[in-house]
Amino acid sequence: MKYRSVFDIIGPVMIGPSSSHTAGAARIGRAARHLFGREPNYANIHLYGSFAQTYKGHGTDVAIIGGLLDYDTDDTRISTALETARNHGMEVQFFEEDAVTDHPNTARIKIGDENGDLELVGISIGGGKAEIMELNGFELRLSGSHPAILLIHNDRYGAIASATTILASHEINIGRMEVARKAEGEQAIMVIEVDQNVDDSILSELERADHITQVARISD
Amino acid sequence: MFKNVAELVQLAESKGEQISEIMIQQEMEVKQVSREQVYAQMERNLDVMEKSVEDGLKGVKSHSGLTGGDAVLIQDYMRDHEPLSGNLLMDAVSKAMATNEVNAAMGTICATPTAGSAGCVPGTLFAVKHKLNPTRDQMIRYLFTSGAFGFVVANNASISGAAGGCQAEVGSAAGMASAAIVEMAGGTPAQSAEAMAITLKNMLGLICDPVAGLVEVPCVKRNAMGATNAIVSADMALAGVTSRIPCDEVIDAMHKVGQRMPTAFRETAQGGLAATPTGKQLEAKVYGISLGKE
Repeated sequence: MKYRSVFDIIGPVMIGPSSSHTAGAARIGRAARHLFGREPNYANIHLYGSFAQTYKGHGTDVAIIGGLLDYDTDDTRISTALETARNHGMEVQFFEEDAVTDHPNTARIKIGDENGDLELVGISIGGGKAEIMELNGFELRLSGSHPAILLIHNDRYGAIASATTILASHEINIGRMEVARKAEGEQAIMVIEVDQNVDDSILSELERADHITQVARISD
Repeated sequence: MFKNVAELVQLAESKGEQISEIMIQQEMEVKQVSREQVYAQMERNLDVMEKSVEDGLKGVKSHSGLTGGDAVLIQDYMRDHEPLSGNLLMDAVSKAMATNEVNAAMGTICATPTAGSAGCVPGTLFAVKHKLNPTRDQMIRYLFTSGAFGFVVANNASISGAAGGCQAEVGSAAGMASAAIVEMAGGTPAQSAEAMAITLKNMLGLICDPVAGLVEVPCVKRNAMGATNAIVSADMALAGVTSRIPCDEVIDAMHKVGQRMPTAFRETAQGGLAATPTGKQLEAKVYGISLGKE
């Protein structure tokens, strides 16, 4: 079951004109922002399929950048996001790709600054719902049927234990979990599918835990 | 968790509850939240819908200039004439269009189930409101019932134009609205399912062909017609008319039609009305004026 909540169907409250191309796109941008943890200096946005064909008219460009500025789907500042980003000194570039992807609404977002970068692939599956398929080259195998969170952490002992301990203390059951790393001792990620929604206070608690650098909700 | 319409109706019948109640209970269970929280969130959505209808009826214009102002034209027409199709139907048409005109103008709307199809549910709700005089509680329940049917479509077919054509967006929205009208009018859960099936059957094969790739032409008017389809189907179901093809099989048929639909007809702006000479001219005009400056 890809959709779990009635508010995936009646909602979100959003700025028009398209739930897939505007609201879903804003959520992909915002997930990238949260995983990066700060406002990037540059953003290269690669658009595929229907995103590539119709992004200007649907405000997909302003929505993704709005997400990178940490705007929610109903933030009226989305329409002026490109100007705001420019004023903040963010260099933004869009690339219309003609490669065929598995999903018609696919975006590859590359963001960064002098301290680091991040690359993420997101899809907008309809009605404002978005999923993250790939992060920094790690393919995320999400069932889509459960809420999921994603944690970027340092590859050290205790990192995984600290995350699972926090979830356990809030009585949140883990249904599926995946851990991957680029190389021993380097950046690693945890993708955790849980049985119930993880609210913002738990996310920030996770963010403060040992060895965990970034936390984001990737589906709810 | 109900997986299809048959299970949804069966659950409602066995518990002697309305469809809306089944949806509320499932939401409480899935999200582990209280009834008050679920209600409050839906009431906020209702408020947004009400506001977007109001805004649209004041008259809005999209950035491209392709849409806006038609909802007002219809209200003026209703004031000065007796509409051939009746006041309720034209009121629904006007209010559905009002919502989508606000959406096209990048105003605030509530997606039901998507932004491009955001007009059918509120359009019908605020039109039948004058006839059925629902309480605020019943209006909120209208949205839960709509949501329950949309939930089944989203999980078993699609609510995305890019994935399944406009039948998945306006078709789903109209079907959802139809089922909710039946409940508000005092029909049974089974009649809601019939109304949904009848509506969706008449939306099958509807392509997604937005001119210039914008959620404007023909989206705004398709929401208008989706709203009428919903009301007429609801009346048919309340009269006792049933669908020979069960609702779940209609949803499955919609899914298969969507999968076989060529890419040109799935929100790429490469086929249908978008590919007509005028559609192409409008596209050139829109991007020449507004987006060419970038």
